[in-house]
Amino acid sequence: MLYREAGDFKTTYSEDNQTFPIKFDRIGYYVIMFVAFLVIPFFINDYWASAVFVPFLIYAIAAIGLNILVGYTGQVSLGTGGFMAVGAYSCYKLMTSFPDVSILVHVVISGIITALVGVLFGLPSLRIKGFYLAVATLAAQFFLVWLFNKVPWFYNYSASGQISAPERTVFGIEVTGANTDAWAKYLVCLIFVTGCAWLARNLTRGTIGRTWMATRDMDIAAEIIGVNPLKAKLTAFAVSSFFVGISGALFFSVYLGSVEVGEVFGINKSFLVLFMIIIGGLGSVFGSFAGAAFMVLMPVLLKNVLVGGLGWPTDIAAHFELVIVGALIIVFLIAEPHGLAQLWRVTKEKLRLWPFPH
Amino acid sequence: MPEQFLWAAEVMVNGLMAGVLYALVALGFVLIFKASGVFNYAQGVMALFAALTLVGIMDGQVPFSHLINAVFGTDIHEFGWHVPAVLAIILTGVVMVGLAILVERFVLRHLVNQPDIILFMATIGLAYFMEGMGDLMWGSEIKALNVGLPQGISETVEEVTYNWFGYGFFIDRLDIVATGIAALLVVGLTLFSQYSKQGRALRAVADDHQAALSVGISLRFIWILVWSIAGFVALVAGMMWGAKSGVQFSLSLIALKALPVLMLGGFTSIPGAIVGGLIIGVGEKLFEFSIGPMVGGATENWFAYALALVFLVFRPQGLFGEKIIERV
Repeated sequence: MLYREAGDFKTTYSEDNQTFPIKFDRIGYYVIMFVAFLVIPFFINDYWASAVFVPFLIYAIAAIGLNILVGYTGQVSLGTGGFMAVGAYSCYKLMTSFPDVSILVHVVISGIITALVGVLFGLPSLRIKGFYLAVATLAAQFFLVWLFNKVPWFYNYSASGQISAPERTVFGIEVTGANTDAWAKYLVCLIFVTGCAWLARNLTRGTIGRTWMATRDMDIAAEIIGVNPLKAKLTAFAVSSFFVGISGALFFSVYLGSVEVGEVFGINKSFLVLFMIIIGGLGSVFGSFAGAAFMVLMPVLLKNVLVGGLGWPTDIAAHFELVIVGALIIVFLIAEPHGLAQLWRVTKEKLRLWPFPH
Repeated sequence: MPEQFLWAAEVMVNGLMAGVLYALVALGFVLIFKASGVFNYAQGVMALFAALTLVGIMDGQVPFSHLINAVFGTDIHEFGWHVPAVLAIILTGVVMVGLAILVERFVLRHLVNQPDIILFMATIGLAYFMEGMGDLMWGSEIKALNVGLPQGISETVEEVTYNWFGYGFFIDRLDIVATGIAALLVVGLTLFSQYSKQGRALRAVADDHQAALSVGISLRFIWILVWSIAGFVALVAGMMWGAKSGVQFSLSLIALKALPVLMLGGFTSIPGAIVGGLIIGVGEKLFEFSIGPMVGGATENWFAYALALVFLVFRPQGLFGEKIIERV
């Protein structure tokens, strides 16, 4: 009875084109924003921040970025981990080289640097596509991780080869380093997520988003109707890497604090983000959030149930996680290739008609 | 200078041997890709799974013993018998055939007519599933695999080369045996696909699914057959790598090494997989030998990809791949 569009009249084009055309959705969106910005920060503690909220928000940014590339443009990339590492290391270099500049600016600049690297590795996409491209992006993954491991300039010649985030403040409140409060971490990530999601949503429904989708659906046909494939593919790589770079920078500076590149940004990270967008839904901003939430929450839940509840050893729980993730990927691809986002869409359709079936 | 040249030659020979093992994994990819158009990312994990199963059967380990112990609080680990290597290999082969049937039944059958990239992602899911399953069944600790393959440095080669060049080459005996087995496998597979009835059906399916169906070839049977063969190839590869460096998780990563091999050789060509494997094997060893010390070493992680990438820009279909013609 609540979810209705009857009586929800549109009288202008801008009303018709808004992101949430149904009033109920709009109100729900404002409620979520209100809760996220003004309620959760007062209740959040260290466990919830570090186990659930902060990783969820950071992975959501990475998933949005990868979704632009894979879901909207159809260019499969397995180099996400490498690009996140670029974001993390450029953020580290900027933080140590320019200590007076705000960390927020550094994170954005890291995104821009990653975008440039992404375009560089996106160049082969003009010649090759499909599997070949997926494998080519693996080159980026392995090369970048190797580079950050082997060139001491990137980790400021530290003995351990690790990078550690120095303490930085925003408006006098610490956001990186060991003494950061949970709510400060959370709010910084939330601000970036909101900005990125807003940007992604508006890019994908504009001209540039439509050129991406045309390229994805049939690249040759898109070229005939006047889409420049070079521009479409390279902008997709740039925007996607920009988001992934921001998430890498936040992952290092705000979330982990210190990073060893091979462990944190290895090939598994690339697959994790790819799974997020498959399960969440390809080509949907909401799907990126749903997938990130799912992949962050599931291991926490499994660990609590299997290790905490049943008292199994942790390694068996970890293996079970692999089995479940693998099975879920296959089940989603077979039963619902558009992921959780599509399930949500179907639910909404049903709710609009409820209680009548047609 | 001649000494340097001899070192380079030794590195090259070792590279050739490593390349054979890459080619062995790449072969499994090519077989499945040719017959069903599925790019099987799980090939490396299949090798790991086969090797784990082989060790488990040989040592008489109880499957899922860790899980059973955790659930029921029991303390069982082994049946207490030791299966001879040949029988264990046959039994593992049977397991791989069962796996092929399951994959066809639960995955491939439901994904007919989906875009290739969806199938590719499904095999990534399959890889995760099998990796977790293998660990659950047989435990995740590193296991030694001993099926009676010779080990250690070959003295004969060292002696002969010393007499010829005044410098003994260090070459692993296992590598020589692996090369021989790989060659046999390739010859066998080529003969099978050229002269047997099933082999002809397989090639027909590879050419055109629809046409093959319409002349009465069962697609499902061919898929099961080809996944079984790929499972068998994975078993051989798993045996070689397992004997070389122990059966452990990193075994599944050789799949990642086989990918650039495929890109170089072309996804659809068996000779391509062999030649690509040799080029990558020799290339990365020589690069590490000559350029590696200047840039800090460990270039083997990415060199194969960089080589394949550069190559692809000039010839997108690989060395022996078919030229793809697209129409709107």
